[in-house]
Amino acid sequence: MTATRTGEGRATGAPSSAPVAPFDPVRVRADFPIFGSPREKPLIYLDSAATSQKPQAVLDAMDRYYRTCNSNIHRGIYGIAEEATALYEDARRRVAGFVNAASPREIVFTRNSTEALNLVAHSWGRTNLEDGDAIVLTPMEHHSNLVPWHLLAAERKIELRFLPLTSDGQLGVEALPGLLADGRAKLVSFVHVSNVLGTVNPAAEIARVAKEHGATVLVDASQSAAHLPLDVRALGADLVAFTGHKMLGPTGVGVLWGRRAMLEAMPPFLGGGEMIREVSLTSSKWNELPWKFEAGTMPIAEVVGLAAAVRYLEALGMEFVFAHDRDLVAYALHRLAEVPGLRVLGPDADHRGGLVAFTMDGIHPHDVATVLDRSGVCVRAGHHCAMPLHEQLGVPASARASFHCYSLREDVDALVAGLHETRRVFGRGGAR
Amino acid sequence: MSDLFRENILDHYQHPRCHGTLEDASVSHEDANPLCGDRIRMDVRVTDGRIEKVRFSGHGCSISQAAASMLCEYVEGRTLDEVKKLTRQDVLDMLGIELGPVRLKCALLPLKTLKAGVYGIGDWPGEEEEEGS
Repeated sequence: MTATRTGEGRATGAPSSAPVAPFDPVRVRADFPIFGSPREKPLIYLDSAATSQKPQAVLDAMDRYYRTCNSNIHRGIYGIAEEATALYEDARRRVAGFVNAASPREIVFTRNSTEALNLVAHSWGRTNLEDGDAIVLTPMEHHSNLVPWHLLAAERKIELRFLPLTSDGQLGVEALPGLLADGRAKLVSFVHVSNVLGTVNPAAEIARVAKEHGATVLVDASQSAAHLPLDVRALGADLVAFTGHKMLGPTGVGVLWGRRAMLEAMPPFLGGGEMIREVSLTSSKWNELPWKFEAGTMPIAEVVGLAAAVRYLEALGMEFVFAHDRDLVAYALHRLAEVPGLRVLGPDADHRGGLVAFTMDGIHPHDVATVLDRSGVCVRAGHHCAMPLHEQLGVPASARASFHCYSLREDVDALVAGLHETRRVFGRGGAR
Repeated sequence: MSDLFRENILDHYQHPRCHGTLEDASVSHEDANPLCGDRIRMDVRVTDGRIEKVRFSGHGCSISQAAASMLCEYVEGRTLDEVKKLTRQDVLDMLGIELGPVRLKCALLPLKTLKAGVYGIGDWPGEEEEEGS
């Protein structure tokens, strides 16, 4: 796959060799060594929403960096340090192109989405939110877009407002103007694709309404950057957070994109090396964007790996990745309907990305996941870092199957067979 | 893993012993496993340093609920000192299975809840957590 579609030439953001046809997921899977590694049973990996698997190209890129030019960036004036710096900054350009940022300077590398969101809460939030202000969030947020605001609300009197949830797991967007009407809400922050319901939220519409009311817009794109064409400028948001490890890249690297003027006006998050221009014993002046937000030695190998992941995804074509997800989720919804006592959380196939969470009558999701594990099927069980959402849905936990470009219909078949087996193990289901 | 759903576990899960609440409990304590949402409440009636009656309630997976059922059945009639001496191995012996780190937390939640109640919050040394992590 990588040999036939290299995706080279996209570094500037202009797709010069954009794919024109869907990929073959069976061939894609061959690029991911984990599926070929020896084990008792074949790996049926249905937990890509937690973290995706990594293609050989990503492993190679990181390995090559460590083997050929490992050195610290931006400081060394010797050959391999310049090479490493070039790799690191090329990666920034590639990520900028991937999300259609206006400039690489708008791409800040972080540890993950969580750190990007905390960066915004800490830096933008502490600068712009005062007692009496409000923030609009949604009930389907991951804890990473709730807890940073709880921390801030513990410091100053900030009201948290929530868009309502419809009965089929979508956002009641028509309530947004009402939540913004008194002018106190300075920020609207929401998840692009829910990690539990799978709902693809109308992000551009929400951003437009929020901007009309003068609110800043922050989007948690953790589940979307990895699965659909993400154009931050078309989105109309001010700030967008996403993570590398869900998009075929390594753990330990995430991204905060921000409109340049927005980032310029924000004070640094962490203090340390590289983020400063001048330091005296008692004060310092900040470096330019984006380095102002990149204190200390960054995860260089991981950034290099993320660039390789972006290159791989560009070669597949994000519109085809999304179409593949949607095909699988439609198939999964169809097959899951065969399983008695199974309740799917979230909307129909037309409104969701590549994941499906569900509960089974009388059988705890943990037990579902444990029985599935016996047949090599990996699903997530728990509240998926969205406790308030599960509370609203009236279930303590759920099981979740999620897909990526290497997922196959056969994986869904194995899941469904495993769910029938689960029902058999538990007889007519548990007592409660 | 193959015998994770042994008959005795499924039996205790589907037909829990000592399930319910006590209105005249000497001590009640509730705890949850934040990772998976398992929740256990233990109501204990103590007379002369002995557990006269114990009831558990809550919700969770078969492992946490079966462990609670087995544990309650075991401790009824025993002294508080005996309960304080129970270890995670005792719970695993009751269940008769070996568990990975995630499911271990499910299995140990009832003991953790019971001990925290029996000791009183703040006095409990918390050895299960240290061993279990």
